[in-house]
Amino acid sequence: MNKELKILGIVVIFTLILYWGVEPFAHSQMHKHVEGHGLVYDGKADIEEASKDKKEAKEKFWADVKRISSIKGDPVAGEATFAMCGSCHMKNASNMGGVTPPSLDHAGALYDKNFLIALIKNPAMATNVDHKYKDTATHPMGAIMSMVSSDQDIANVVAYLKTKKAGEVTPKEAFTEACSRCHANRYAKMTQLGDIPKTKSNIKTGQDIDRIKYDQKVATEQNALADYLGKLPPDLSIIYRARSEHFLETFIENPQSQLPGTAMPRTGLSHEGMEKVLSFLEETGDPSKPARDAVGPWVLAFFIIFTILAYLWKQYQWRDLH
Amino acid sequence: MAHFDENAKPFSHQWLNDRLAIDTLKRVLSTEYWIPKNINFLWAMGMVLAATFGLLLISGIFLLMYYQPNTNLAFDSVNYTIMTEVGYGWLWRHIHGVGASVVFLIIYIHMFTGIYYGSYKRGRELIWLSGMLLFVLFSAEAFSGYMLPWGQMSYWAGMVITNLFSGGSLHANGLVEWIRGDYIPGQAFLNRFFMLHVLLLPLVIIGAIVFHFGTLRLPHVNNQDGEDFDFEESARLYKEGKKKESKVIPFNPVFLSKDVFVMGIYFIFFFYLVFYHFEFAMDPVNFDPANGLKTPTHIYPEWYFLWSYEILRPFPTDPGLVAFGFAQVIFFLLPFLDRSPNVAPASRRGLFKFWFWILLVDMIVLTFMGKLPPQGIWSTIGLIAAITFIALWVLLPIITKLEKKL
Repeated sequence: MNKELKILGIVVIFTLILYWGVEPFAHSQMHKHVEGHGLVYDGKADIEEASKDKKEAKEKFWADVKRISSIKGDPVAGEATFAMCGSCHMKNASNMGGVTPPSLDHAGALYDKNFLIALIKNPAMATNVDHKYKDTATHPMGAIMSMVSSDQDIANVVAYLKTKKAGEVTPKEAFTEACSRCHANRYAKMTQLGDIPKTKSNIKTGQDIDRIKYDQKVATEQNALADYLGKLPPDLSIIYRARSEHFLETFIENPQSQLPGTAMPRTGLSHEGMEKVLSFLEETGDPSKPARDAVGPWVLAFFIIFTILAYLWKQYQWRDLH
Repeated sequence: MAHFDENAKPFSHQWLNDRLAIDTLKRVLSTEYWIPKNINFLWAMGMVLAATFGLLLISGIFLLMYYQPNTNLAFDSVNYTIMTEVGYGWLWRHIHGVGASVVFLIIYIHMFTGIYYGSYKRGRELIWLSGMLLFVLFSAEAFSGYMLPWGQMSYWAGMVITNLFSGGSLHANGLVEWIRGDYIPGQAFLNRFFMLHVLLLPLVIIGAIVFHFGTLRLPHVNNQDGEDFDFEESARLYKEGKKKESKVIPFNPVFLSKDVFVMGIYFIFFFYLVFYHFEFAMDPVNFDPANGLKTPTHIYPEWYFLWSYEILRPFPTDPGLVAFGFAQVIFFLLPFLDRSPNVAPASRRGLFKFWFWILLVDMIVLTFMGKLPPQGIWSTIGLIAAITFIALWVLLPIITKLEKKL
């Protein structure tokens, strides 16, 4: 018995060493480690990674954001100014310069305050994709820079968003508003245009003309996105299994940190927004988790009882052999 | 014609015995199939492997009912249909994925047990050779199965491994295209690997398992001390009730009771992995759909192929392929390269003891390096480990020739 345990110990130790080498150790060496910034959007990372000629502009930009952040905004005045935002960010908005403006229904909950200020101040700088533009005013949302430009106006709009557009948000709404203008999620039956509508095919021809029309609209939207971003952003159905949660978090917080030069804008998610988006990605990417947690203990309990009975049987069979 | 009892009721014991000799079968295959008493739990690995193969077969049958061998549908049929729409599809898939990985862990334990105790010698050569044949067949089965989810790693592993058949400077691209059925992995490629995975290879594996069992029957299973004793004599003692004096036990029920207990422990471990730790068996890269225009940053095989991959990688193309070929066949030759007549645990065999442990550690080092990016110090360690591997096998006949007879 003692000898058997010693042999088992050796087998277990070698197995664990093997596991450590091919899993945690190998992965720690293969991927560069990126520290998150705790979803604080103060431009620190942007300034650090900026080229020399851009450093100064970035420092100034984020200093401005900090200044505006300390101004007390007036939500009532902000609501009036927000009407200008609503001319693009509306229901059934159409594609503008590559992307369809997202709904802002839960913007106050989903996005960080400083990020929202930065976004209105200069969308290209805030989303850290200014390298794509000679003049950041040509960003699809660049017009906002001339529409809402005074410090007080910016503070007011953000105060309005933070108080009036910050209701309870579901994981699906979070994904829809923050991600799905660019990323489809086919396992959730969503395209860049939202939920795929239910359509019926003609029973005589087997053709579903409404679906064909819808698919054409999706293709047009995707072409516009691909032209603007350089390629079609990936479907996120199962991205939760393809990347680690740490990768997703740091990538969403600042895409440039994991993929320098990427066309993906920073989305400025708040803690709540990040949590909701990740939980939606987990739902579509790893849907069996609740079932695993429910069935797992029973199966293990079965085999523990099985093993105890097998041990008793073994003891009985071997009782008079030595 | 044999004698048939006219009065036997259909399907009664006598009736079956006349037709199938069930008493003889039971005696030969189970109650009087003698196993040495002096063994440890490592002797149960054969049954553990058989059980794991059973799990793979059953889970595979369930997956086969929903899997679509089509380059456009394969990825979603696995990751969506089976994982969300099929009742307990996720369970079958995780059993299949974890089983495919764990079966190699047990195969390696089984192999190294055989090497440690010298169970490939003195009449047991065919056990070793049929076992190695099974190793190769399981490797082919694992590789062909890895193609089926049609993710990035499926595609690019398929690309890299089939490229090996161009033979380096031979530039046998025609052969590569013949294997793929196309210039690049595509529909023809997926379909033929699907066929191999679900039909041809499992059939051959089942045949090889029967053959492997067959090779055991006459030379008998080895024991912890490599002791050569008279099985007939020991069997006689056992049947007379002198169980303590006898060195053997019947397969059924005595050895089986221990097998089942070991299997129980193994199943607890196995299903813990299935429910709570399956990620190790399912590479994240393979959750990106196959894309021929986007090469992943790191391409590496599953862990059980890493050591032989690392024997290929540190050398220039042609010598690398030769070294790789060497690594694939050299284990087959073990019974003939070991020149010592001793059948004993490695610990009692002088230099062979060191040979065994160095080989084991070297293969683990090769496995680590096979996954790491081939840069800087990793390349150097990989090269040294690969040369060590080859040197060990060149040295084996010499050190075993020098070994003192026990």
